[in-house]
Amino acid sequence: MSLSVKDLISIADLSTKEIMTILDQADEMEKIVRSEKPSKRLAGRILATLFYEPSTRTRLSFESAMARLGGSSISVADVGASSVAKGESLADTIRTVENYADIIVIRHPQEGSAQWASEVANVPIINAGDGAGRHPTQTLLDLSTIRRSQGRLDNLNIAMLGDLRFGRTVHSLSYAITRFTDRLYCIAPNGLELPAEIVGDLKEQGKEVIETTDLQAILPELDVLYVTRIQKERFPTPADYEKVRGIYQIDKTSLQDVKPTLDILHPLPRVDEIAPEVDATPYARYFTQMFHGVLIRMAILTLLLEAKQT
Amino acid sequence: MTQTKKKSRQPKTEAKSKELLVQKIQAGTVIDHITAGYALAVMQILGITGREGDIISIAMNVQSKRMEKKDIIKVEGREITTEEINRIALIAPNATINIIRDYKIHEKTRISVPDKIIGIVRCQNPSCITNNERGIRSNFQVVDRTPVTLRCDYCKRITGHDNIIEQLLGQY
Repeated sequence: MSLSVKDLISIADLSTKEIMTILDQADEMEKIVRSEKPSKRLAGRILATLFYEPSTRTRLSFESAMARLGGSSISVADVGASSVAKGESLADTIRTVENYADIIVIRHPQEGSAQWASEVANVPIINAGDGAGRHPTQTLLDLSTIRRSQGRLDNLNIAMLGDLRFGRTVHSLSYAITRFTDRLYCIAPNGLELPAEIVGDLKEQGKEVIETTDLQAILPELDVLYVTRIQKERFPTPADYEKVRGIYQIDKTSLQDVKPTLDILHPLPRVDEIAPEVDATPYARYFTQMFHGVLIRMAILTLLLEAKQT
Repeated sequence: MTQTKKKSRQPKTEAKSKELLVQKIQAGTVIDHITAGYALAVMQILGITGREGDIISIAMNVQSKRMEKKDIIKVEGREITTEEINRIALIAPNATINIIRDYKIHEKTRISVPDKIIGIVRCQNPSCITNNERGIRSNFQVVDRTPVTLRCDYCKRITGHDNIIEQLLGQY
């Protein structure tokens, strides 16, 4: 198994077959994680994590994935205190770091930064978020979670809820999931709808995008509800935020009429859009998502590094 | 009678002005069918200030069979390059380029907007890496030709025609 790309910058760079290859590989990785015998699959290989923006899950899960495969990780503890603070360009930083590592994971505030890094680097680059742009490993772990829980990715009723305008996870996911489904429900408060550009692209591909503000009306039809955090700072006044916050809080009561197989996903961190009481219901998948995040990253590290070896 | 006289004078005036507009040059470039009102922008793209010493003729808002109105530029002693043609295409996608040698048209090219635009305009997205990093050139896919609309190869955002015009004309 291998990928046609040297780097992982965007889901759009992957064919649907390659997405399935990564998901299959991730499923295989569970054996390694569950095994008591440590894996040496990537022994001697070094991952550099270069995070210009804060991250808890993504960075830790990459480091965990590398450790599970017998490799090691290095990172810049505080990018603000590194040469970057002295005005070093991203290209120079990448050209330096590639001398210390076999693969680089980067999160950077500017859109397109990971692609630029991949153009100057000789080692594989993995995009762990470029501003409001792309975050392909998150999308892959979302797809993996859905597939493992639902048993398939096609013909599912999937809704995205919350801040669909600024959330990069939903942008990537909307393109990726509609490779498998013909319809996508979008539930967002006024002003936080999915960007017209994305809706236009999906419609051009013949997909049906159903935009609504009424969650309860469509909830009984859903197989997957993908919830995102609504950021308070996006609203003109705290009162505007409070109005929306009440509408979109998922709790046990709001889940009374849902399908028994409904999966609720969330890229986390959450604030109060999903009540803690939902955690114990069979619908909650957001912590499982985090586990799949490690498996997906193990799969990607293996596919990119083993391809480089051959 | 007066009307007849006027009619008979009109063609002469038109003929005279036409004569002036199409006056032959020995060698250089004639850029015809420029979108009306954009001749000065094309001059800007070509870096022509008038202080180079070349003979430049500009006609603006003249009648055209193909277009309602058009602009024309004639540059003596300079043949414009393919890269310059690509830049002109962004604001005058219908223009034709005539390379003149020895008073004759040596080569006639109708502009076509290329598939990729590199380094001519900036990405409209201020958070795009191309607007924040040294040593990187903007790089766009052309997603629409009439009017020209670009998608950044890095951040994938759209830079629209209005913004392209604003960037090119904003330099005045």
